[in-house]
Amino acid sequence: MTEPVVDMRGISVEFPGVKALQEVDFRLFPGEVHALMGENGAGKSTLIKALTGVHRIAAGEVRYAGERVSFSAPAEAQAAGISTVYQEVNLCGNLTVAENILLGREPRKLGRIDGKAMRARAAELLARIGLHIDPGSVLESHPIAVQQLVAIARAVAVDARVLVLDEPTSSLDADEVAELFRIIRVLRDEGVAVLFVTHFLEQVYEISDRMTVLRNGRLVGEHMTAALSRIDLVSAMLGREMGVLEEIERRSGTPGEPLLVAEGLGRKGSVAPFDLEIRKGEVVGLAGLLGSGRTEVARLLFGADKADSGRLLVDGKQVRLTGPRAAIEAGVAFSSEDRKAEGIVADLSVRDNLILAMQAARGWARPVPRKLADELVAKYIELLDIRPADPDRAVGNLSGGNQQKVLLARWLVTQPKLLILDEPTRGIDVGAKAQIQKVVADLAAEGMAVLFISAELEEVVRVSDRVVVMRDRQKVAELDGEVGVDDVMALIAGGGDHGVDQGVEKAVAS
Amino acid sequence: MITPEVTATATAPGRPRGGLVNVPKRFLPVIATFVVFVATFGVGSVRYEGFASGQVMANLFIDNAFLIVLAVGMTFVILTGGIDLSVGSVVALSTMIAASALQAGWPAWLVVVTVLATGSALGLAMGWVIHRFGVQPFIVTLAGMFLARGLCFVISVESVSIKDPAFRELATGSIELPGGVTITYGVVIALVTVLAAVYVLHLTRFGRTVYAVGGSESSARLMGLATTRVKVGVYVISGFCSALGGLLFSLYMLSGYSLHAVGMELDAIAAVVVGGSLLSGGVGFVIGSVVGVLVLGTIQTLISFEGTLSSWWTKIVIGALLLAFIALQRIIVRRT
Repeated sequence: MTEPVVDMRGISVEFPGVKALQEVDFRLFPGEVHALMGENGAGKSTLIKALTGVHRIAAGEVRYAGERVSFSAPAEAQAAGISTVYQEVNLCGNLTVAENILLGREPRKLGRIDGKAMRARAAELLARIGLHIDPGSVLESHPIAVQQLVAIARAVAVDARVLVLDEPTSSLDADEVAELFRIIRVLRDEGVAVLFVTHFLEQVYEISDRMTVLRNGRLVGEHMTAALSRIDLVSAMLGREMGVLEEIERRSGTPGEPLLVAEGLGRKGSVAPFDLEIRKGEVVGLAGLLGSGRTEVARLLFGADKADSGRLLVDGKQVRLTGPRAAIEAGVAFSSEDRKAEGIVADLSVRDNLILAMQAARGWARPVPRKLADELVAKYIELLDIRPADPDRAVGNLSGGNQQKVLLARWLVTQPKLLILDEPTRGIDVGAKAQIQKVVADLAAEGMAVLFISAELEEVVRVSDRVVVMRDRQKVAELDGEVGVDDVMALIAGGGDHGVDQGVEKAVAS
Repeated sequence: MITPEVTATATAPGRPRGGLVNVPKRFLPVIATFVVFVATFGVGSVRYEGFASGQVMANLFIDNAFLIVLAVGMTFVILTGGIDLSVGSVVALSTMIAASALQAGWPAWLVVVTVLATGSALGLAMGWVIHRFGVQPFIVTLAGMFLARGLCFVISVESVSIKDPAFRELATGSIELPGGVTITYGVVIALVTVLAAVYVLHLTRFGRTVYAVGGSESSARLMGLATTRVKVGVYVISGFCSALGGLLFSLYMLSGYSLHAVGMELDAIAAVVVGGSLLSGGVGFVIGSVVGVLVLGTIQTLISFEGTLSSWWTKIVIGALLLAFIALQRIIVRRT
């Protein structure tokens, strides 16, 4: 067996208060495509950044080409032959293709840039990866996919021995991904070691030779891709949460009229057209891996992104969602997954946060009376058990779980017909998690429709009446009634032949 | 390789055939500015006898030589996505230093060097503060603007006239071009500045990094470019150009005065924007800024030929033009 070009042993990385990586081993061989797998927060980016010198390593050693190394900046790693292409194209769109490839190392003649030589050199590098575009054209005039390939041309311009691709395919369509993979194979065959990070399982099985799975900052395992089934991969990535949470009592109430009906709703590059029906008094779960399109569905239903196909009916009437305001007017509330950036206003008090959405609904000319505000605040603090029960405390000082409760209360104050919850329980403790799940169940029992999105399958399955499964930006299934975690997991993993039992296949609606 | 080849669909490979139809999009604003310039000049030629003469054209350059130099410096700053509000005040400070130093009997060459050094140093200081403390360029150069204007009054509150023979000779001397058209030395200095700027921006690493920083600063840094040097450097260049513009202005007015060039920074910014540069950075050409100055100058000339119109009409027309150009740029940007 050949020597690994990168050999990381017992790597630990710590941030203030957080152990981002704990004793992770990672090997990368020349001429292989190695996929780094894991859910959000598993430590993939941290591992890459530990390798390329962005993060300092607390413990462990990195050997590169047999030598012990410790890069202190990405530029050093790049000079040594480790090039990284990031998720967003990190080039300058306003410059030409040739400049973007050679910026900072342009051929010069008597101190001035030799444009002709530069274009020729760029054309050579583009030809190496089989990309035939005019090096003199402006980068912006090309589609994102081509820009991504230009970024790769820049990365290999320095004779890279290791090429790190951090989610390079997240904005590409199928043809573009095929083109990227062709180039990856060319480079692999030249002996470049390619480290590939993606959330798309299909792509992992198509391109990678070997994979390393991380979960919660720890190494789960290193496998040959061919020897690991999808279902095993998904369960390695997601793990199993033991039954710490109290059982939620199933509501016996029958779901009412359809409240929201989406027909062929979709947005190019974000989520493929899908049908969805949510009835009154029903909790619909949305399951899928990160990047599967679950958040995108929510954003479409809330009007945060504009759909470019299909139509949406609320209460039987067609509505055009021109933006979140229109959605709120139609009775839709959306609690974002990123509660810090898109949810709470950390510096305002619990009371002010609570009445924000209500004030917006009333218009600025009709201030919320202090008495009404106090009543509402007292009611929801008690209902949701927000702690500490002090309406004047700044929300930023509350724990994550209580912040989430304030956010939930804010939307409940407006009495929405449909409540969309994107990852309402992420990063909060078990107790608060159970409380929020219970509130969701109670709300549905009172007739509210809820769309519940979570990365934790157990939670989705427990809370929901129906589960919609997303994979690779498509709705792949809709499961009714009592579904098991295993069924959903099989569908998320896809591929169909990995032990999906008959009952589930019958339940697949689309 | 037996694999399908990718060709980009957005722009056809190779040079476009068919002349004007297929001009690269980045040249469109500059071409639009040029069309506006030709059109306004054309209107003047049709309406007024003697407008379409070489000398009127030459006067455009003579009357706006200092503004051309300012616009060149401003172009560097705006290309990085910054802004420099201090240029008008630095012009005034330069005229003040030049006039009072000459009055005190300093040799002309020393005066020139002092003025240029002062302007560059002010630019360096502002650029350093912007970089070191991560402050908005708008605020830092606003402070620079007040500082420079205040320093003028420290030197003198009165207007100081320039009597130095060398300066007077430079100011009044003229170069005759074929066709009986005369230009001043100031025009030559301005044009040399323009050529130098074009060379630096397009043929040196510094210049390309200016564009890269304006396009995406974080990308430029990840690509390992010298972003700090460039971000501070453009303010030094702008400061230098302001001082040089101030020298040209003192030749033009033959005096130094604290209230010279009030609001001239806005004329310079207007010229750069009308010339097709994006205020967000990364897009624009020095030549565009020069044509932008000429457009402003032509409107002024038109109004003076009209005779009955108040000179404030210049401001009104410039305002309308600015709005039109910003709208045009948004349309172009949105299409990409």
